[in-house]
Amino acid sequence: MDFRLTREQESFRDEVRAWLRQNLPKEWTSRVISGPDVPRVEAYKFLREWQKRLFDAGFIGLTWPKEYGGRGLTFMEEFILHEEMALAKAPPVLNILGIAMAGPTIIAYGTEEQKKRYPPKILSCEEIWCQGYSEPNAGSDLASLQTRAVRDGDHFVVNGQKVWTSIAQAADWMMLLARTDPDAPKHKGITYFLLDMHSPGVSVRPLRQITGDAEFNEVFFENVRVPRENVLGGVNNGWQVGITTLMYERLALGFGLQVRLRIALDALVGLAKRTKKNGDVATRDPIVRQKLAQLWIDTEAFKYTGARAITKLLRGEMPGAEASTGKIWWCETHQRLQDIAMELQGPYHQLMGGTDWALDQGLWQYTFLRSRANSVEGGTTEIQKNIIGERVLGLPKG
Amino acid sequence: MDFGFSQEQEMLRATARKFFENECPSTFVRQMLDDPAGVTPDFWQKLAEQGWLGLIYPEAYGGVGLGFVDLTVLMEEMGRAVMPGPYFSSVLLGGLALLEAGSESQKKEWLTKISAGAAKVTLAWTEPNARWDAAAVTLQAREGRGGFALSGTKLFVHDAHTADALVVAARTANGASPEAGVSLFLVPRDARGLEVKLLPTMDQTRKLCEVTLKDVQVGAAALMGEKNTGWQPLARVVDRATVALCAEMCGGAQKILDMTTEYAKIRVAFGKPIGSYQGVKHRAADMLVDVENAKSITYYAAWVVDEQVAQAPLAASMAKAYVSDAYRKVAAAGIQLHGGIGFTWEHDLHLYFKRAKGSEFTFGDATYHRERVAQLINL
Repeated sequence: MDFRLTREQESFRDEVRAWLRQNLPKEWTSRVISGPDVPRVEAYKFLREWQKRLFDAGFIGLTWPKEYGGRGLTFMEEFILHEEMALAKAPPVLNILGIAMAGPTIIAYGTEEQKKRYPPKILSCEEIWCQGYSEPNAGSDLASLQTRAVRDGDHFVVNGQKVWTSIAQAADWMMLLARTDPDAPKHKGITYFLLDMHSPGVSVRPLRQITGDAEFNEVFFENVRVPRENVLGGVNNGWQVGITTLMYERLALGFGLQVRLRIALDALVGLAKRTKKNGDVATRDPIVRQKLAQLWIDTEAFKYTGARAITKLLRGEMPGAEASTGKIWWCETHQRLQDIAMELQGPYHQLMGGTDWALDQGLWQYTFLRSRANSVEGGTTEIQKNIIGERVLGLPKG
Repeated sequence: MDFGFSQEQEMLRATARKFFENECPSTFVRQMLDDPAGVTPDFWQKLAEQGWLGLIYPEAYGGVGLGFVDLTVLMEEMGRAVMPGPYFSSVLLGGLALLEAGSESQKKEWLTKISAGAAKVTLAWTEPNARWDAAAVTLQAREGRGGFALSGTKLFVHDAHTADALVVAARTANGASPEAGVSLFLVPRDARGLEVKLLPTMDQTRKLCEVTLKDVQVGAAALMGEKNTGWQPLARVVDRATVALCAEMCGGAQKILDMTTEYAKIRVAFGKPIGSYQGVKHRAADMLVDVENAKSITYYAAWVVDEQVAQAPLAASMAKAYVSDAYRKVAAAGIQLHGGIGFTWEHDLHLYFKRAKGSEFTFGDATYHRERVAQLINL
């Protein structure tokens, strides 16, 4: 057991750190607490260019095979990159759904043509990807999806609707799950398509969120023609392919979460140290101290649990129970952190950015509201607990 | 970075699990509940033969010379078996105090005996004031006539009634800082004026004593290290023992989760196994989250004790704060999900529930350690 980095890993970390010091956009870092706390919709163009620069420097697609544009490194380098970017409060990677989900799934299930065609442009951010999974009547119960794809010669014709589709307004491609066999059992009649968002018949309608921004969307399909060669992993095999995507999502997105939590916590401690409570500094209040210390401990626990899971991956084993708890724990801790950020501000928590009275330019108000989605997006906490109960603990299905 | 156990450590785990399944089944644990000693000489000798009584002592003192991460594996398995007896008090409290503060001859004599199972030494530190800081130590040691005279009361002392000797924390100076006037003495249990009373405990697998010292005379050679400098080594012992205790607690929590999961698969209500209901399934998932985090933060603390000593106080407090809450919650959930059977004397759950409760407050509960974390991170 050794928690330290190896010499090679340290030198990779130094490489990342040096590059970030040279290339970090100051206009971004000066206005954020933890990096991803500015709504992405405000900055699509900027973020596209940012990812391109990261790509040109060789920092995107670290774990992907070299033949598809990656660097063939391990999850440890990926982990180090995320950690350094978060510590530097770097802007987020815009095409994260492509990198974390679409790309690895295409590399796992794609034809050689598909593997040559799509992954490189995901990395360079020439093509942005969104995820067409959830529907108005299929969220946690994803296999109930009703969007239809009907075979017509060399094409499939798609009709239906997706919802909560992040970044669809900027996306060039969608990972689409659609029903191709309505008579088969519900998990068996679904196909995974690579859908061109610029096709005729695709329309995107932004949905305004609790934060006031429109980060996600409704997407409607009206007789959209998708070529046969855009099926990924075989007709009616989409459930299997789609589940693989979700596995990659949990794995890859998890790396960044612990450091974001750490940065947000450091910012919260900073806030507490300059906030008064009953006439005294808030950090002298014993209850505030208890709450902040617990957040500190929970953040550390999350980090070490993640380290155990990564170690399994590096040893070529499948992560076990320790990997399944991360999402639940992160949501629980982050939402509590945001609650405490509001509590510390007292009546000032009511003020959004735009007045000098607002604390930290009102950034906490955005992150507080945004955090409500944490326990819903990417699999609700309830679904995560079902998965843990059934797949890790082996309890019977309901 | 490689944050997992080695093959040798996994082998130690497998050996230990099998050993405790054979030698320490719950029938044995139950026999020991009402046994005043809480252990049999036979069982103790078998631990010695495995090399476990001297696992972390240097070979020069009869030990095996392994590290704290190795010990963590063994402690988890002991916790899983809710093992009774003075392992914790003798190997970790008394033994580590000797290792930290003892003279060369004290270490040679006593650690060799502890490793061989020939002697037991406990630590008499806490007092009726129930504090965990240096100010807790008020038992007086007065210097004179080529030695010291000790007077006062120690409470919650583990296994003093079966120990051959006690490391007694005493106050030798009343300065401005409570840390400055603490000294450690090695006192034979049969010293004149030293009286031990076994106390009835909720967790009957852990024997706690009151130790009264009335003008107990010890020679100058009984002083461990320099006079008035006992707090630093004592604090290091307590941090280490805290981490080992956390490992033991993790093992117990995992066992409760295993028992509960198995029960939820076979117990049928309303025509289905109760584990199929989300009310049960989700609580079991919550237990798993607690158990996995508890292990992660404990493993980290164990690694720190071996490799980055300066971080040990913070790592130990983070672990104890988390694990104290986690074991209590997991044990309570275990009883709840078992229903009525979980509340019976016949079922083993209560052994774990009581161990969880006792361990929660040993060396400070979560509230105490959160405040210590707050201080150590400069809040």
